[in-house]
Amino acid sequence: MGTFHQNKSPLHGITVVVDTDGPEVFVGRCDDEDERGIVLDDVDVHRDGDGGRTKQQYLERAARLGVWSKHARLFIPRERVASVRRLGEI
Amino acid sequence: MPYSPMLVKPMREELTEIGVKELMTPAEVDAFMNEKTGTAMLVVNSVCGCAAGMARPGIRLALRHERRPDRVASVFAGQDVEATARARGYFPDIPPSSPSIAFLKDGELVYFLPRHRIEGRDAQMVARDLVAVFEEHCAPAAAAAETTAAAH
Repeated sequence: MGTFHQNKSPLHGITVVVDTDGPEVFVGRCDDEDERGIVLDDVDVHRDGDGGRTKQQYLERAARLGVWSKHARLFIPRERVASVRRLGEI
Repeated sequence: MPYSPMLVKPMREELTEIGVKELMTPAEVDAFMNEKTGTAMLVVNSVCGCAAGMARPGIRLALRHERRPDRVASVFAGQDVEATARARGYFPDIPPSSPSIAFLKDGELVYFLPRHRIEGRDAQMVARDLVAVFEEHCAPAAAAAETTAAAH
């Protein structure tokens, strides 16, 4: 038994990786997405090279343990989104 | 704001009715974590249907396996707030997520299943991951009972 949410994106409630063509990659729980962009909750943002880690190194660690939330909620405009993947599939 | 206790009750019972001990205070969490001998599993339960709706049935399936942890307990995120914070404090390097599952052997964390490894999966898949951990770390139920009896 659980709670259910109607009228949301199929990714609602799923922790996703939103990569950009720039240095930033976002990891957070998808609330919703549409043609305008994607809304994430409990979001971490990594810039390539932060802490001496590439995007890939950051994502490998995130895939093992999760991420520390830096933002309660973020909207990422569609034009910034290069790809959206489930963190659990990395 | 916590959900209504009436809404949450069946989510608690889904685990307690199979013998999972609910830890509702920091003191109960400390007592559970301070027992260092053997294997233990700590579940961070959650209302969220997107993941917890599969975590609980997965745990129920896994705990039918002949090898299983000596002790299993849960805290309820967003409900038993202080107990959950205390439990998370034992794993300071791991970002908080719920539901999630920690597995300990002789007091050491040997496996952690975060929320994003539960989301979008069914109960059988969650159970399969847990059973793999049980097979690696737990003694068969009969052997565990003999060990316990010999110790007393």
